[in-house]
Amino acid sequence: MLKHLGPAFRMTLFLTVLTGLIYPIAVTGLCQLLFHDQANGSLIANGGRVIGSALIGQNFTMPKYFHPRPSAAGIYGYDASASGGSNLGPTSRKLFDRTKAAADQFRSENPAYRGSIPADALSASGSGLDPDISVANAKAQAARVARIRKVSRDRILALVSQNTNGRGLGFLGEPAINVLKLNLALDRLYPAY
Amino acid sequence: MTPNGVLQILAYFAIILLLTRPTGLFMAKLFDGKRTFLHPILRRVETFTYRICGVQEQVEQRWTQYTFALIAFSVASFVVIYVLQRLQGFLPLNPQGFSASNVPPDLAFNTAVSFVTNTNWQAYSGESTLSYFVQMSALTVQNFASAAVGIAAAIALVRGFSRERANTIGNFWVDLTRATIYILLPIAVIAALFFCSQGVIQNFNSYTHVKTLEGAGQVIAQGPVASQEAIKMLGTNGGGFFNANSAHPFENPSPITNFVQLILIFLIPAGLTYTFGVMIGDRRQGWAIFGACSAMFLAGAFTCYWAEQKGNPLLSRFGIEAAATPGQPGGNMEGKETRFGIAASTLFATVTTDASCGAVNSMHDSYTPLGGLVPLFNIQTGEVIFGGAGAGLYGILLYAVLAVFIAGLMVGRTPEYIGKKIEQKEVKMAMLALISTAFSILVFSAISSVIKFAPPTKDAKGQPAVHSYWNPPGAAASNVADSGAHGFSEMLYAYSSGTGNNGSAFAGITANTPWYDLTIGLAMLIGRFLFVIPLLAVSGSLVKKKRIPPSAGTLPTNGPMFVGLVVGTVILVGALTFFPALALGPIVEHFLMYQGRLFSLALFSF
Repeated sequence: MLKHLGPAFRMTLFLTVLTGLIYPIAVTGLCQLLFHDQANGSLIANGGRVIGSALIGQNFTMPKYFHPRPSAAGIYGYDASASGGSNLGPTSRKLFDRTKAAADQFRSENPAYRGSIPADALSASGSGLDPDISVANAKAQAARVARIRKVSRDRILALVSQNTNGRGLGFLGEPAINVLKLNLALDRLYPAY
Repeated sequence: MTPNGVLQILAYFAIILLLTRPTGLFMAKLFDGKRTFLHPILRRVETFTYRICGVQEQVEQRWTQYTFALIAFSVASFVVIYVLQRLQGFLPLNPQGFSASNVPPDLAFNTAVSFVTNTNWQAYSGESTLSYFVQMSALTVQNFASAAVGIAAAIALVRGFSRERANTIGNFWVDLTRATIYILLPIAVIAALFFCSQGVIQNFNSYTHVKTLEGAGQVIAQGPVASQEAIKMLGTNGGGFFNANSAHPFENPSPITNFVQLILIFLIPAGLTYTFGVMIGDRRQGWAIFGACSAMFLAGAFTCYWAEQKGNPLLSRFGIEAAATPGQPGGNMEGKETRFGIAASTLFATVTTDASCGAVNSMHDSYTPLGGLVPLFNIQTGEVIFGGAGAGLYGILLYAVLAVFIAGLMVGRTPEYIGKKIEQKEVKMAMLALISTAFSILVFSAISSVIKFAPPTKDAKGQPAVHSYWNPPGAAASNVADSGAHGFSEMLYAYSSGTGNNGSAFAGITANTPWYDLTIGLAMLIGRFLFVIPLLAVSGSLVKKKRIPPSAGTLPTNGPMFVGLVVGTVILVGALTFFPALALGPIVEHFLMYQGRLFSLALFSF
């Protein structure tokens, strides 16, 4: 046993240098060179100032914007330095109460919408940073946004479908709409004052 | 279930099927010491490693030597990780200024054990605990090393079958080096670059402070993620850079990266079934193992998908859309990402627990009871459905040994597997491995359900003043986030995940207290070493025996009947061992949910 400890420590240190330093530093160098934007977080600038990342959801509460899903990241939600889900179990009263509150809020914010509420609109995502909402969720909110921005609902719907990312390779995952990008497009095309 | 969801699962399986043969062939060549197409480039690195580390490439080891070397390497790794964590305040690449106070001794112990045993259970959140330097030099390293150890052990067991009248089962250092340099590193580099091109971050920046469109502040965590992400999946490690793991958009930004992550999990384990066939000289034996794994994989994937798509009946009264429609996924979306939906989330949950990966792209704690039962049962049966890198193959071979033993008992013949007589010693060792893991899961869960520590006292302002060192919240059961049956499931899942070296969690549980850090740490050690050591002993015993050519009385182990026998053994052993515990957790919760019962946390606090 003891005679193996020599090679054991040497191997550990060698692998630390090879896979713990050379590998990540080389990959960082290559990524910074080849995929500079992605490697640094796909940050989005608006009017010369960075306002977030295209991949990280942020909170929207104003009626003129599309709203993201409920978030359990951090105390106020969408805390991008404290990712995580609610981890509430299916029989949890807390989950039940939160879903009820979210449903009431969704109905009161979108009085024109009468259908059943899309599943993603009432549930917190696993990361708490989900940048997307479902197509049905966006459509359900379209009337509210259109009314406040004083444009027809059809034009908002057209913008929603322009901003829909289809399934990966046509069949992977689900179609999704990036809320931040959609709201940026809204502000650009149909500014609300 | 939607046709598109079913298509995703089947397409995934088809790709794994296609990759099995080439991957398996490559590994068989490599571990037989033959030249591969990578030798012209990497052979120099390999020989350099031996020179630096004082390894004699040609010297083979008996099973005892092989085991001692494996243990010594794990001890050395443990020491290095522990020290690096505790010293992080003095080390470079630490823009957030984390120090030893972020990693107290019990947490550092738990994390060190966790990464050495290929569990990657995370009692901490990456983004608020560890510096970039520690994530790389301690954790990324073990993502390679612990996976390479698993592969080495699997190959050592296969040599027990393939060699006859021999004494040695290979050289641990050589197997470790080859697994790292020829398999893990090249694939990890390619995968890391691909992930980064799709949006996975890779930098040493400090966290980005932005003002959002609505004018609120947001702090965006950064770090060298892509390099860790690639090996985290390929080595079936599963320890996320961030707390949210592969649900985090910086770890897994799109359905395509998600699909590639899934492929990386099964790539080596599935390939190893073929390697097994090649090394023992009968490829159909390898395909039989592959077949048994496939049957269990597909059954689990569709069960989990079905349960989650059905959704949570308690919430349907709020007018939530439970069915999948063209514009939204329906089902139980709590803890799942929009871009993945139900099918890609449940496929990930199944695959990550079929293998001992433990990465998650959705929060298993929020699954419906039956949806959560699938990952839990996958872990408890030993993660043998393709399984972890190496760990899966040696796990399923233990079940194969048991299967021929049970079949032998039924017909009254001495059982044989791959021409080797399976006798008392092999069966005893196989049972030792299975019983120790079952013991660890059930006994630790039982103790945590009842053990009480002093409840915290409160001062005049109602703030907690004095609390027990071992478990500040008081009784160990009060650490759960849900009361009732689900709370028990959280504890059961924690010890199953630790023992099974999986690392995923019903993450609502507060596991970062000295009590849980230590007991789960012990569970991880039991699950790794009381599994690997008996198995290397089996190899040491088999390697001495001669291979008997099959006769009319031999049970064929390369056909569908044997596949059925192995699957039956896995399910039967798992069900007999864990049904009582599962009945108290997910099964009773399922019925309570349909009865409309809700649990508030007060029920469970003491």
